[in-house]
Amino acid sequence: MTERPLPLVLRPLDAIGRGAIAVVDALGRFGMFLAEALATLLTPPFKFWAFIDRINYIGYRSLLIILLTGGFTGMVLGLQVYFTLVRFGSEAYLGPAVALSLIRELGPVLAALMVTGRAGSALTAEIGIMRITEQIDALTVMALNPVRYLVAPSILAGLVTFPLMTAIFDTVGIFGGYLVGVELLGLSQGTYFGEMQTFVDLNDIMMGFWKSLSFGVLVTWVCTYKGFHVGHGAEGVAKATTDAVVLSSVLILVWDYFMGTVLP
Amino acid sequence: MIKIERLVKSFGSQQVLRGLDLEVATGSITVIIGRSGGGKSVLLRHLIGLLRPDGGRVLVNGADVTRLGGRALDEVRRRYGVVFQGGALFDSMTCAANVAFPLRENLRLPAAEVATRVEASLAQVGLEGMGSKYPAEVSGGMRKRVAIARALVTEPEIVFFDEPTTGLDPILVNTIHHLVLNLHRKLRFTAVMVSHEIPEIFEIADAVAMLHDGRIVEVGPPAVIQASPNRVVRQFIRGEPEGAEGA
Repeated sequence: MTERPLPLVLRPLDAIGRGAIAVVDALGRFGMFLAEALATLLTPPFKFWAFIDRINYIGYRSLLIILLTGGFTGMVLGLQVYFTLVRFGSEAYLGPAVALSLIRELGPVLAALMVTGRAGSALTAEIGIMRITEQIDALTVMALNPVRYLVAPSILAGLVTFPLMTAIFDTVGIFGGYLVGVELLGLSQGTYFGEMQTFVDLNDIMMGFWKSLSFGVLVTWVCTYKGFHVGHGAEGVAKATTDAVVLSSVLILVWDYFMGTVLP
Repeated sequence: MIKIERLVKSFGSQQVLRGLDLEVATGSITVIIGRSGGGKSVLLRHLIGLLRPDGGRVLVNGADVTRLGGRALDEVRRRYGVVFQGGALFDSMTCAANVAFPLRENLRLPAAEVATRVEASLAQVGLEGMGSKYPAEVSGGMRKRVAIARALVTEPEIVFFDEPTTGLDPILVNTIHHLVLNLHRKLRFTAVMVSHEIPEIFEIADAVAMLHDGRIVEVGPPAVIQASPNRVVRQFIRGEPEGAEGA
């Protein structure tokens, strides 16, 4: 029996309904994917060496880019903020301005964006290639859960490495600001670090920490999901990789805003 | 025994399997032949539980794998070995680590026993001393042999081969077929192979099933299939272009 065509007036409603169902369906699958990964993290067997390998893959191999971008971000901040503050005769506050910008906002966000570009894209491509070459199917038919082997260790490694990468980014950035403010522009070292100690408190550090922790889950979740649900062939992997980086980057900025409004 | 009953599967508006029935006898080599894109691999993915049918069932020793999930399905899969079309070797691991993987992860054998069994398994497929190489460093034929070694190392009851000789030269095709035959004689597993290597598969098969238009149109020993009066079967095994029959 063939389906009767809808009256013309109802077709836009039909299209909206189908679109809404598709979105809810995709969100449901996305959420279930994380739930399954978290469930495998809490039940044995634990894949300790896979977790160590992911720490190396996501964290250690991103170190150079974090050092470079952290250093130059701090230097740019030092330069721009100094010339703004000097107009008001407030250049003594350069240290806290650089530190607070980095610790509360730029450190977690830029470190997460950098790790997404370097490791997140590679994660999607690696899992995507495993999918199209049937390596994930091979795990499944060996009665081994691919989520336990490929996804859960990456998410756990994201939880560990993102705060560490952010801490390194912040530290290097603060010294970048010191290099410009103190060594180049002549601010005193005592003022730079002294004012920083006065204005930066534990709440600021915790804000950066919670942000980086949530970015760690967000990025590894999106990137492994996109790799797992890749389309066909090389084109499918390329599209999944692009989608993973774009979606992760947008979600980092959106989530950063929400965290900023919720956290003190 | 594997019994497939009225299996139906569609992808969107395209119906790939249309009420397919087939029985695979325990300990036999059954080869499923048919045109490219005809649904052979889709059928195989139903047998190994990677696809769920829209209708019908697949009974493996009495258990319907299409209804099983979680641990129950994993229990059935532990009795399986699967050789994928491209080998599906883990490219981040050496050939030996690939073969060792199911032993280590599923059977949790001691390292020394794993090493002994991997060595023996690689020797069985003629790859002694090649274990330290990565899949990317060996030829296509060797990759297929490593994939066969990995599928057989756990001594499964049922082994599925998804076009194991695709992309190989005729000599390698025969080498792989004879390797499968020799291993089957030695290990006595039930083999289900998807292939379109005509006429080579007639030398190794106990039964050949022709899949056409979503159904098994003929099944029987190789001699019966080769002498089949069925137009579709004759056309396929002779490799005649469509429409040539009766021309």
